Amino acid sequence: MTGGIGAAIWQGATVLIGGALLGLVYKGIDRKLAARMQARIGPPLRQPFFDVVKLLAKENVVPDHAIAWLFNGAPVVSLAAVSSLLFYLPLGGFAPLLGGHGDLVLVIYLLAVPAIAMMVGGFAAASPYASVGAQREMVMLMSYEFPLVIALVSIAWRLSTILPEASVFSLSVLAANPLWDWVGPLGAVGLVLLALALLVVTPAELSKIPFDIPEAETEIAGGLLAEYSGRNLALFYLADAVKTVAMAALLVALFFPYGLADRLWLSGPLAGLVDVAFFLIKVLVVVFFSVIVVRVGFARLKIDQAARLFWIPVTGISLVGMVLLILDRVA
Amino acid sequence: MRRLPRSFKRALWVYHVATGSCNGCDIEIVAALTPRYDAERFGIMLTGTPRHADVLLVTGPVTRPMRERLIRIYDQTPDPKAVVVVGGCGSTGGVFYDSYNVRGPVDAVVPVAVYVPGCPCRPEAILDGVVKAAVELEKLERSEVSA
Ligand code: SF4
Repeated sequence: MTGGIGAAIWQGATVLIGGALLGLVYKGIDRKLAARMQARIGPPLRQPFFDVVKLLAKENVVPDHAIAWLFNGAPVVSLAAVSSLLFYLPLGGFAPLLGGHGDLVLVIYLLAVPAIAMMVGGFAAASPYASVGAQREMVMLMSYEFPLVIALVSIAWRLSTILPEASVFSLSVLAANPLWDWVGPLGAVGLVLLALALLVVTPAELSKIPFDIPEAETEIAGGLLAEYSGRNLALFYLADAVKTVAMAALLVALFFPYGLADRLWLSGPLAGLVDVAFFLIKVLVVVFFSVIVVRVGFARLKIDQAARLFWIPVTGISLVGMVLLILDRVA
Repeated sequence: MRRLPRSFKRALWVYHVATGSCNGCDIEIVAALTPRYDAERFGIMLTGTPRHADVLLVTGPVTRPMRERLIRIYDQTPDPKAVVVVGGCGSTGGVFYDSYNVRGPVDAVVPVAVYVPGCPCRPEAILDGVVKAAVELEKLERSEVSA
């Protein structure tokens, strides 16, 4: 980076604020489209902005028996972790800001931090609903992390066999060398299976229906979030919005990193603009298929059903994907 | 009290408290949330906990055991908040007005902003009541500013 510290701060701020705004816009699109699918009119696209502003104007209640510093700290940590995710993910043609300092493994950890922060906040709230929610979140975390990691590591491993020199865990390398260009038919099938597994992991990672078990409003009254109000709830709301974008951006970087500008022989600022627009559309497509359609089409699973789903079929699919990638290498 | 942002009335989250209703009004509240009436287009959402709520929708006369609970739920709701009474029972006691275990209409227990009459009331009326609650919140704010 040649611009020095000032430019770096500017870029960082742009990514953070842009990420938050984008997250809220995608949340608005999500709610609008879900409403349309249910034959409703639905809230205006700006609704998430109204929600956040309203939550910030509300009183911030800390329950008497809660451990205040943990209770108040959890939402901050959660938002900080998802926001820093944006620095490590390639966003629409631009290399990740801190690409040189963190890789896929760090991204996996950062993805788990908000869930852990929510768990800590839930236990600290000293509410039975929040404790049940936190325990469920723990089970969820243990269920979906395994297929997630299998998928990510298999992709990185396959790339390392092709480019032994490159640091294959770096997201810019992964995004610059989509595996589709290298693998044979077997590997392609494997990649499709891995993409499928990650598409199923996404709603669980984001705690969306059918995997919103830790927050289940109708049975445990909002679970983890049951005691949160006002500013703290707004922070969790924002963190959820940003995490949706980050998770979709990760999938885009791994599976559909192609830009449009090269193909249209564009250059200069126009190329950047086209690539960013194309990236936003790709993120929307991922969000549409892994969050919106799923959340409208399914009812909430029970925690044991969700755990079984991730441990047996989804892990199975990702293992088959991994084996196919290995066979592809041998063949 | 600070001025409420304009977004406030575009994002009212409601929490439903049944203090002894016959379940008639409760079903109408559920009807107001269905795609036919689509409360979400006004930003109205049903929450699972009073901590997230801006408006408490209270149905039914307040029975003896529920009195304490209603007060507790009211206290658990973060400010600024408004109570909307849904149905004749909650407004006046209705058909249960002289029942041995009724401790009076809702406004005998917690401050009420809006009364929605009807036995049961129409979903349109409930939506209207919640939107009016936003106006009440503003009045409250104005009176506290001038006071
Ligand atoms: S007002 Fe009528 S419908 Fe509503 S709770 Fe009372 S008796 Fe039931």
